[in-house]
Amino acid sequence: MLQMTVARRKMLWAYIFLAIPIVFFAVIRIYPAFFAFAMSLFDYNPLAIDQPYVGFDNYQTLLAEMNKPRSVTRAAFVNTAGYIVLGMPLQLLIALAIALMLNEIRSFATLFRLAFFLPFVTSTIAISWVFRWLYQPQFGLFNVLLKAFELPQQPFLNNPKQALASILAVVVWQGLGFAVVIFLAGLKHIPRVYYEAARVDGATRWQTFRNITLPLLNPSIVYLVVLQSISFLRMFAPVLAMTDQGDGGPLNSTTTVVLRVYREAFQRLNMGYAAALTVVLFCIILLVTIFQLRVTTRRTN
Amino acid sequence: MSSVERAQPALPLQQASPVRSSGDLALRILVYALLILLAITMVVPFLWMIATSFKTSEEILFPNFFPDSPTLENYTFVLTETALPRWYVNSFIVAIFSTISVAFFDSIAGFAFAKYQFPGKRVIFVAFLGSLMVPTEMLIIPWYIMSVNPPIGATWVDTYWGIAFPGVITAAGIFLMRQFMQGVPDELLDAGRIDGVSEFGLYWRIALPLSMAAVGALCIFNFLGNWNAFIWPLIVTSALDMFTLPVGLQFFSSEFTADWHLVMTGATLSLLPLLTIVIVFQRYIIEGIALTGVKG
Repeated sequence: MLQMTVARRKMLWAYIFLAIPIVFFAVIRIYPAFFAFAMSLFDYNPLAIDQPYVGFDNYQTLLAEMNKPRSVTRAAFVNTAGYIVLGMPLQLLIALAIALMLNEIRSFATLFRLAFFLPFVTSTIAISWVFRWLYQPQFGLFNVLLKAFELPQQPFLNNPKQALASILAVVVWQGLGFAVVIFLAGLKHIPRVYYEAARVDGATRWQTFRNITLPLLNPSIVYLVVLQSISFLRMFAPVLAMTDQGDGGPLNSTTTVVLRVYREAFQRLNMGYAAALTVVLFCIILLVTIFQLRVTTRRTN
Repeated sequence: MSSVERAQPALPLQQASPVRSSGDLALRILVYALLILLAITMVVPFLWMIATSFKTSEEILFPNFFPDSPTLENYTFVLTETALPRWYVNSFIVAIFSTISVAFFDSIAGFAFAKYQFPGKRVIFVAFLGSLMVPTEMLIIPWYIMSVNPPIGATWVDTYWGIAFPGVITAAGIFLMRQFMQGVPDELLDAGRIDGVSEFGLYWRIALPLSMAAVGALCIFNFLGNWNAFIWPLIVTSALDMFTLPVGLQFFSSEFTADWHLVMTGATLSLLPLLTIVIVFQRYIIEGIALTGVKG
């Protein structure tokens, strides 16, 4: 009888400990997610008198926009895909190279690590404005340097052909430190005896990398592919800060899905359509996460 | 894997680095040269930012890197004529408030999940973790509607609570604390119970002090994350004196787009204290990231 009461008392305490978090997650995380789904089915303008139910109209508009060659929404999805497909592999390759090099040296390792790490913890907005200044025509440092080497001046952010790459370079640059730290942690977990064995067998440096380092680094690679893809998918602040009036220009060449969400929801008050965009975003993230779960569980089996 | 690692010192081979000592001097020099070059590209933008902040409006049009006659006028202007000091205070209040809240609620929830059995435990845990899959971008629209017409109070728009509420409890932090608190021995808790310690006392006086390393890492990431948070503070604040630092910086820089000396002064002022904190705590932060995989 006493045992019973002790067990029940402990159970009661567990619920007390969790009471506020449960209410929080229900009200702030879970309910709004369903609310966003519901909103995407309405013509939701917070200032209008009523919010008519429109079924899947917002999604149909989205689909129609996607099929229009020069629509902003289409540009947003194409650019976002571009940021992921170009940015993620580039970032991981450079980060892996840096991590491998940092792993080889002993002097000044901490100092180097800090240099690569600093941009990651600083505010994206501040960094974006610093680069906007670096990219300036004529007086920006990059163009000053180009001039010093007698190379032609570049418009960078002002040219629709160069703007996306210019913004991408900043995001890749800023995120390197995080990937380097994760890779370094992965490298530390590879038992050194493997390298010694390879050395005894007379394996070349490339063979060692190909057959030992790369396969054993796989968990870090999968983790980073997923995490960085999702963060490129959600790109917003750098584009807002590095384009004129934060419009994702010039000529929509840098706009992203989240920037579309922001503009539609909070500047045009077209919240139903914006909610539909976020539902699509959610579905993509869900697919990427499921991919990660499948890959990681297959490996442990 | 860890057992293999521990067995390693027994091996007679000296120097564990994969670099071979014979004829690798050239390679070593190459590695250092490349690293120095890359490190320079990481640092130069910051130096350029700081250098510009000491230039006059005329001098920013000259191609020299460092100012000829450094001026503090930009700093005087930004600190006295703009709301930047206020944005600082706002960011600080929000980041401190949510970090304290996260430290308490994430650890107590983690404790409950790690050390108690109760009906519905699995469902609640999965619901918490599942919420991680919903991106912030999807929630900001409902949050905004909710803030305009909140369940408690008049309006959450342009209030500290409005800026902070989405982050006062985090699923990732609860997960981290649960993992960590599973390592707290049950015997210790039972001994406490026999001594008449209350269940809350077990958390407060035994489990929490034993998990300080994880709480510390959680606090640092949470502080950095809140300090740099942008999209939600941008939406929930409209009054100039309620902006957080990143929102204020975006506003200020857009106003002064051509005055790069002022924009860079704002950027420098917003970054320097944080950079100092990071340089001081860098070991701890980097190890924390490696340990938890948490992204700031």
